[in-house]
Amino acid sequence: MAEINREDVAHLARLAHIDMSSEELDRMAGELAVIVDSIKSVSEVAGDDVPATSHPIPLSNVYRDDVVGETLSNEEALAGAPDNADGRFKVPAILDGE
Amino acid sequence: MSEIIRLSAAALAQKLQSREVSAVDATQAHLDRIAAVDGSINAFLHVNTEEALLVAAEVDKARADGDTLHPLAGVPIAVKDLIVTKGQPTTAGSKILEGWHSPYDATVIRRLREARMPILGKTNLDEFAMGSSTEHSAYGPTRNPWDLDRIPGGSGGGSAAAVAAFEAPLALGTDTGGSIRQPGAVTGTVGVKPTYGGVSRYGAIAMASSLDQIGPVSRTVLDAALLHEVIGGHDPHDSTSLTDPVGALVEAARRGEVKGLRVGVIKELSGEGYQTGVLNRFAESLELLRGAGAEIVEVSCPNFKYALGAYYLIMPSEASSNLAKYDGVRFGLRVVPEGAPTIERVMGATRAAGFGDEVKRRIILGTYALSAGYYDAYYGSAQKVRTLIQRDFNAAFTQADVLISPTAPTTAFRLGEKLDDPLAMYLNDVATIPANMAGIPGLSLPNGLADEDNLPVGIQLLAPARQDARLYRVGAVLESLLEDKWGGPLLAQAPEIAGVK
Amino acid sequence: MTAVHDEVLSFDEAMEKYDPALGFEVHVELNTRTKMFSSAPNGFGDTPNTNITPVDLGLPGVLPVVNRVAVESSIKIGLALGCKIAERSHFARKNYFYPDTPKNFQTSQYDEPIAYDGAIDIELADGTVFTVEIERAHMEEDAGKLTHMGGATGRIQGAEFSLVDYNRAGVPLVEIVTKPILGAGRRAPELAKAYVAAIREIVKNLGVSDARMERGNVRCDANVSLMPKGSTTLGTRTETKNVNSLRSVEHAVTYEIQRHAAVLDSGAAIVQETRHWHEDTRSTTAGRPKSDADDYRYFPEPDLVPVVTNDAWIEKLRSELPEPPAERRKRLQADWGYSDAEFRDVVNAGVMSSVEDTVAAGVSPAVARKWWMGEISRRAKIADVEPAELGVTPELIVELNALIETGKINDKLSREVLDGVLAGEGTPAEVVEARGLAVVSDDGPLLEAIDGALAAQPDVAEKIRGGKVQAVGAIVGGVMKATRGQADAGRVRELILQRLGVEG
Repeated sequence: MAEINREDVAHLARLAHIDMSSEELDRMAGELAVIVDSIKSVSEVAGDDVPATSHPIPLSNVYRDDVVGETLSNEEALAGAPDNADGRFKVPAILDGE
Repeated sequence: MSEIIRLSAAALAQKLQSREVSAVDATQAHLDRIAAVDGSINAFLHVNTEEALLVAAEVDKARADGDTLHPLAGVPIAVKDLIVTKGQPTTAGSKILEGWHSPYDATVIRRLREARMPILGKTNLDEFAMGSSTEHSAYGPTRNPWDLDRIPGGSGGGSAAAVAAFEAPLALGTDTGGSIRQPGAVTGTVGVKPTYGGVSRYGAIAMASSLDQIGPVSRTVLDAALLHEVIGGHDPHDSTSLTDPVGALVEAARRGEVKGLRVGVIKELSGEGYQTGVLNRFAESLELLRGAGAEIVEVSCPNFKYALGAYYLIMPSEASSNLAKYDGVRFGLRVVPEGAPTIERVMGATRAAGFGDEVKRRIILGTYALSAGYYDAYYGSAQKVRTLIQRDFNAAFTQADVLISPTAPTTAFRLGEKLDDPLAMYLNDVATIPANMAGIPGLSLPNGLADEDNLPVGIQLLAPARQDARLYRVGAVLESLLEDKWGGPLLAQAPEIAGVK
Repeated sequence: MTAVHDEVLSFDEAMEKYDPALGFEVHVELNTRTKMFSSAPNGFGDTPNTNITPVDLGLPGVLPVVNRVAVESSIKIGLALGCKIAERSHFARKNYFYPDTPKNFQTSQYDEPIAYDGAIDIELADGTVFTVEIERAHMEEDAGKLTHMGGATGRIQGAEFSLVDYNRAGVPLVEIVTKPILGAGRRAPELAKAYVAAIREIVKNLGVSDARMERGNVRCDANVSLMPKGSTTLGTRTETKNVNSLRSVEHAVTYEIQRHAAVLDSGAAIVQETRHWHEDTRSTTAGRPKSDADDYRYFPEPDLVPVVTNDAWIEKLRSELPEPPAERRKRLQADWGYSDAEFRDVVNAGVMSSVEDTVAAGVSPAVARKWWMGEISRRAKIADVEPAELGVTPELIVELNALIETGKINDKLSREVLDGVLAGEGTPAEVVEARGLAVVSDDGPLLEAIDGALAAQPDVAEKIRGGKVQAVGAIVGGVMKATRGQADAGRVRELILQRLGVEG
């Protein structure tokens, strides 16, 4: 099992969209290394014959009828928005200006 | 101290029904208590004075008009601030949701409103329910009413402390790895994690979707059953909601019975790592049950030793995805860095400023466990361990009707004691996690004070999935045996809260 | 966009050196009443951010619930594509951050799609049939709509900010993915167009999608790679996005083949990347190359439970399937006895279903064709609408035809009757009555008119008497004029010859 290092944490923080300072990366890498070390035994416990359980209580085929329900008004939808314009959510540029 | 706030929810409900006490008086008494002690406890993030009194007044009027009301109508309740409520802020204990108001009610809130239970306010928690001490709240820690220098458990420390401090007779909690039961244990209160799917999760802010469950927080087993019946039952808004009827939980609590019942002691959940006082109280409780006619057997769940590790892979994985939506676009905090940043940079800055350390730790850990090349070894393996834990439970339940263990390995520790040691913090949940992994119900009730520190100890009962009633049947008996021994409820022994005038 | 055109090789030259391999990912928007996971209306173009529930905004605490009709529509698509239907399939989360994605993950089927391993036959214009193998068809949800503001062109490049409308977020999609399509050679662009047209026709025929490409109901991503002639190893592919008309599909595949060939000829390697199609310049530009940001961290969606099918359910849905378009065409042509050319004309005019309905209502295939390809198509062209949109019902044609066959009116009059009916003057019979359009069938007035016409043209009458029977037309014309067209020309001819004592 691979150890987790500072570069890994930097990459993961980018994937997770969380800015981290240099100090934070160092601290997080140290803490995660300890945690990962303590839980990595999990990967060695179960063999191929053991199925994975993703739902604790197995259910299947839970559906909704195709019937329109109550909707939010435009005002309700935008009430919590940090910024809006023209009835829509306003976000900064997606691509860099340069 | 007003007598009203000392009443159990069941006793208060009775006085409301007989009109001996008005709902407005009952609600006001609790609001007064909050005003008096919450400066010391910090159980509430928001107090819902106006609406609570309004609902109470409506109940009084309806009752005077002779309307048929729900038995708990007028009994006030506190709600963990992970559950969304119209008309009140919902923060999840995080800066990223500061000031956010939900435009919709959680299903459990809708049910509280239908029963006309005044909502006193929203209670403190570890940010996004990630923690075992409530110290990870962005709004300051909650303090344990038994000792203000100690933690009230977590993540639902606010709900447990509010009930223990008589600020509310009932509260809602959520339990992903023990967040209802462990705070119950360390504050001398009762907490129940229902069978997964037994209570709708719609409107409970998700941490780990396959583990989260809403449940009751109370001072007595009967009170928990009463609240459980209000909030339980099928909800079409939650695809994982069970279609089974809630069951006669109150009936089970009223007619406790353990004669001939097989109680299985889980070998792996005691011994090393458990505080002496915790083990002593546990042994005494077993003796009481034996004396009442229960058969005590020992069961072994060998895969439980991997439960904590598997939990710390599944929970952060699901959490990393569930918490992706907090990005400063649709709701909540937005932090705009200097210059003319792109939305990507705004998201990165928002999440950096809005999330606390523990949340970030879990998001990074979960992102790691799901990432390319690691999925099979981590998330995939953890889901297999989950199967093994279920098999252990299935085997154990062939030998015993209910299983039993201490709820938490220790009593309440001091604020700050484990804050810099995430692993030590995680170990608080070692006994509660297996139930979440398997989806089975669990109940924690107070079973005494530890000899070495005079702080509350909790004992956990576990039943097979969908057999929540069994917990109430056994829990009520044990509670009654213990109270006979103590000569009253354990909370009667709690010290008066410093700072109360 | 600075239009820096990449080097391209001529299509002919590219085809001399390389064999193309194609692959398609076609997204079909289902026309369910509500969204995939919420009860919000599935509506396009409404006031922004109104067709949404807390679920579609990804608000804290919300949970998805699957739309049963969306699942059944997906199964029908799978069946129509000849796919196997999975006994068990489930949804997963595809994690990536983008402001049009409310939860910052897309709920999509991943390793267990609802349908897999299918094939459909694609017929090209000259009748050549290619079999395209379908790898999978899976369910997922659409994203919201971004509008880029402040830039010069409305494009994402140079925009100062963007506005997000989540009305489309959560609209049910079925993504249909082909296996690599080899062996099309120089017909690859034609096949590409025909494949997408076939998918569009199939989902429209199933009634599960409005299937309007101009509205984005059917969207195509086209994968292209080249292998040197004789090689069997697939080359590096590019995925061209935003190819949203049949013509664009053909052009985009042609362009990418030419561009790939030029890159490979120069000795360089193809970069695996997405390309964006630009209809205006008929070219593609590079999108984002594949990177480690494409680590989507798929895992089973814990808030949803598996879709488990059984034979009874699948057979019930199969029994609801309409006849496949290709089979239907074959059957109708045989039933109607049309020549290949006649049938193709009917199909191309977009009146096949109208003809079918009209025949079913009770006229012969020849009569139905005459009406739809003749008078109705003519009027449609003038009005610039589809023939079917004129409001001519099969029943109306049956009534008009009956009036002609019983001699009440003739072809010429029938057009006037149609005018009257379309103008809302009543049934054909009522219009005939009101406008006084009935054919004059009483011989008395006809003989009167014939005598008049013969008297007016004594020289012609003389020619006919002398055996020049073909000259009768001039007299018939005179009679028709005198009766304002309301005579049966055949009967008029008969009577003239009788009057003149000539054998017809």
